[in-house]
Amino acid sequence: MSDGLFGIHGAALQIRAQRMGVLGSNIANAATPGYKARDIDFAAALEARMGGGDELGSIQSATRYRVPVMPSLDGNTVEMATEQTAFAENAVAYTATLGFLRGRIETLTRAIKGE
Amino acid sequence: MPGQMTMFELGQRAMSAQLVRMNAAASNLANAGSVAASEDQAYRPLRPVFAEHLDAANGISTVRVQGVQRADVAPVRRHEPGHPLADENGDVWVSPVDENAEMVEMLEASRQYQNMIEAMSTAKHLMLETMRMK
Repeated sequence: MSDGLFGIHGAALQIRAQRMGVLGSNIANAATPGYKARDIDFAAALEARMGGGDELGSIQSATRYRVPVMPSLDGNTVEMATEQTAFAENAVAYTATLGFLRGRIETLTRAIKGE
Repeated sequence: MPGQMTMFELGQRAMSAQLVRMNAAASNLANAGSVAASEDQAYRPLRPVFAEHLDAANGISTVRVQGVQRADVAPVRRHEPGHPLADENGDVWVSPVDENAEMVEMLEASRQYQNMIEAMSTAKHLMLETMRMK
């Protein structure tokens, strides 16, 4: 029911929220030796989700390790500039998706009220 | 779901880890230049060791402080016969703290702490927006 109600935006919001967690993990592990930064390929995850995959599976299949611009000596591949940019971009996209959802709900509410 | 790691728990653990790092650097700075009567008694710098802590249920990972270790650096021997702690040769052992390295360590820890707060407040803001949606 909710899939039909929110369409692609419901799935997009779930992936955006999960990506926020993954990017947050990268920022948290900026000083952990040997930590490999990860990111979710949003387009691939959404495609898998819309193709009928479950939430966790499609996100896991679209999670990739980041290729560092300049690897550090302790094996850590977190680059603060990259992570912060990705985090900001993801936050903006999350807000945009929220806006789409809000519009959808507003449309439905109006239809129900008969305004 | 109980036990699943949230963005807040992630941030909280990462911030405590950075705090441990900052405390270690502060201890090292406080003991810079302190002297001891023998090589064994001399202060050696503290170093926290971080490790990744993965929550396999949702693919989020945070930081764990694996332990705080003593750096393996030899204390500096200084000839100071008038010192009350001097041994029979007239030597004292000075702690091998590199003040510049500790200051850099402290700066980096505080920057990463700030970063985590920034990320957490953005996440909180987005969560509240989602909650208020109607």
